[in-house]
Amino acid sequence: MNVERIVIKGGRVIDPKNGLDAMVSVCIAGGKIITVGDAPLGFVADEEIDATGQIVCPGFVDLCARLREPGQEFKATIASETAAAAAAGVTTLCCPPDTRRVIDTPAVVNLLRERADSVGKARVIPIGALTRGLLGKELSSMMALKTAGCVAVGNAFAPVENLLVLRRALEYAANCGLIVVVRPEDQSLRNRGCVHDGAVGSHLGLPLYPSSAETVAVAQTLVLAEQTGAKVHFGQLSSERAVAMIAEAQQRGIEVSADVAIHQLHLTESAVIGFDALAHVNPPFRSLADRNALREGLKRGVLAAVCSDHQPHDPNAKLDAFPATEPGISSLETLLPLSLQLVEEGVLDLSAAIARLTEGPAEIMGLEAGSLSVGVSADVCLFDPNLLWIAKGADWLSKGINTPFYGLEFKGRVTQTLLSGRSVHCL
Amino acid sequence: MNTSIQFDATGKLRHFLTIDGLSRELLVRIMDVAESFSSVTEQQVKKVPLLRGKTIVNLFFENSTRTRNTFELAAKRLSADVLNVNIATSATSKGESLLDTIRNIEAMSVDMFVVRHEASGAAHFIARHVAPHISVVNAGDGSHSHPTQAMLDMFTIRQYKGDFSKLKVAIVGDILHSRVARSEILALNALGTEEVRVVAPKTLLPIHAESLGVKVFHDLDQGLEGVDVVVMLRLQKERMSGAFLPSEHEYFSYFGLTQERLAKAKPDAIVMHPGPINRGVEIDSRVADGPQSVILRQVSNGIAVRMAVMSMVLGGYGETHSGGAV
Repeated sequence: MNVERIVIKGGRVIDPKNGLDAMVSVCIAGGKIITVGDAPLGFVADEEIDATGQIVCPGFVDLCARLREPGQEFKATIASETAAAAAAGVTTLCCPPDTRRVIDTPAVVNLLRERADSVGKARVIPIGALTRGLLGKELSSMMALKTAGCVAVGNAFAPVENLLVLRRALEYAANCGLIVVVRPEDQSLRNRGCVHDGAVGSHLGLPLYPSSAETVAVAQTLVLAEQTGAKVHFGQLSSERAVAMIAEAQQRGIEVSADVAIHQLHLTESAVIGFDALAHVNPPFRSLADRNALREGLKRGVLAAVCSDHQPHDPNAKLDAFPATEPGISSLETLLPLSLQLVEEGVLDLSAAIARLTEGPAEIMGLEAGSLSVGVSADVCLFDPNLLWIAKGADWLSKGINTPFYGLEFKGRVTQTLLSGRSVHCL
Repeated sequence: MNTSIQFDATGKLRHFLTIDGLSRELLVRIMDVAESFSSVTEQQVKKVPLLRGKTIVNLFFENSTRTRNTFELAAKRLSADVLNVNIATSATSKGESLLDTIRNIEAMSVDMFVVRHEASGAAHFIARHVAPHISVVNAGDGSHSHPTQAMLDMFTIRQYKGDFSKLKVAIVGDILHSRVARSEILALNALGTEEVRVVAPKTLLPIHAESLGVKVFHDLDQGLEGVDVVVMLRLQKERMSGAFLPSEHEYFSYFGLTQERLAKAKPDAIVMHPGPINRGVEIDSRVADGPQSVILRQVSNGIAVRMAVMSMVLGGYGETHSGGAV
């Protein structure tokens, strides 16, 4: 039990969940927030953190970050990636079920949790598999996964064999009170495509991954979500039409939510010009209109969360002809500066940007995180919004350096991260 | 487009990967150099010593007869040593990575890779990773690019038609999967062709086809109306199982080039085909073997054009030997 008393003073505290944006102090004792505002009478801090010139906000909640353990430790490990998360201000992260032992049994859930706990850098929330082995044929043991602590199940990149299996999986998950995280992708329409079906992909002669592969899957899933009453969350959208369909469903009162990967809010199809494998992502970067619609959806709250969609790779994963490379970006450590860039570009105000990284994702998953409410675990992120830094070398903690942003200069950097009142990262 | 990778720091052509980003002047020079080599291939002793002592590796990850043979002949006529690497029986089928294959052959002190690969972007990838003294010539990557084929087609068109600015060219068939079409469109536009058309059913056209710089036709008769050059593309059998088309028969009925259809084009129009041809599928034998067909001329031009490209990339041809024949 952590009984240390900490006060964070002199910073601008932004806590969107509680509508707070003020120059106040945050007091922590026993790993929990005890006050935000003036220190209670008789509070004597053991440690004082000077946050002058800094923003103090809840630790970020990341709905999609791959740690590669168990099974692909040659790419990354729980230790390396949770350290990167701490450096990125992320205190809670959801890990998709497509580890190499799929997260479809309580044993794997426990293993992940125990390893994360022993490293102690970030809270890891394993997403269970929707189907056994992610094979898309039979239901996973959802009740057992729930008992082991899962709050959600998902399909990751794996297709569900047919719509009947999907419908039953949604029904059963609803029955278990589990959220279903769907990465919408119709495999047959995708047909091994790897870039957006636009002028750039046409020109380069690369296999196309059409927007319709996403929108058809969103449409089908929305129909079944409405029919089954399942709580569906769409992960990592890429297209304008998908955002519009989800907005429409939300307006009709269907309980669906969605997130977007941070890089989708910045890059477009032209990122792959020159066959740059670092810009190979799934779903692919799409048109400027799509990117702008994602930004607009984020602003309006249709997309309530920004995730990192962190996918660290070994160097070989990107060393091949473009279609043969593995998709994905190592993106935890650029999550904050790229979010701040949205503020700079007028897409969101600072408080809304922080909300999409904290309150928004926490609410989607029903987690008691993403706020500085009195009594909650003191997961706090301090960042300097003006600090310039270069994303490389010793300043890069993830084992994966597969990012088109590697080596670039960024503005805004996390200076300290507290997890349950304990410092897990300090610049 | 990022094509600077094709040039070295001094602006000399180092790799030949795509037509994209190449100037009209450079394309004309390739054709001029090819012209000078045409006579070589007609001589009794068909050899020049331009690339003596150089080693050229034909690295074909995808089957090809004609392209590989003409590259090999072109290299030999330039007096280079040629190594043919048969990938089907080589290490990649044992799990060696593309990059390891390249590194191993590189270690044998070679000077040029001629690469064919089924993945778009493969030649770019290899060019980005080879040692600084090695050049890469793209012999076809996926559906992306086949620049030497495009140049031999331009060379052939120039021989028969001269000035590109007065020409209407129709490319007919499976544009979607065709690296030849993509490269030809770029070359024709760079050379100032009056009108470039593509003719195909919607299932065989790339999305946003117009953005490639062409007029799109879905009807062969309309597409051939008044053109000077007809380029027919090969139709792969896989297109039927992939649900792109119902049958070869239906394709031939609506998109096959027959004498009657060819009559829509200008009377002196030439008919081209990058080969290998499917008689009775995309083209009628009477047209393929008819007086307007220049298909076999394309093949012989292939050697001269590949000699030109290889000598320009490797030997600095045009600087030390600028001008006429050797």
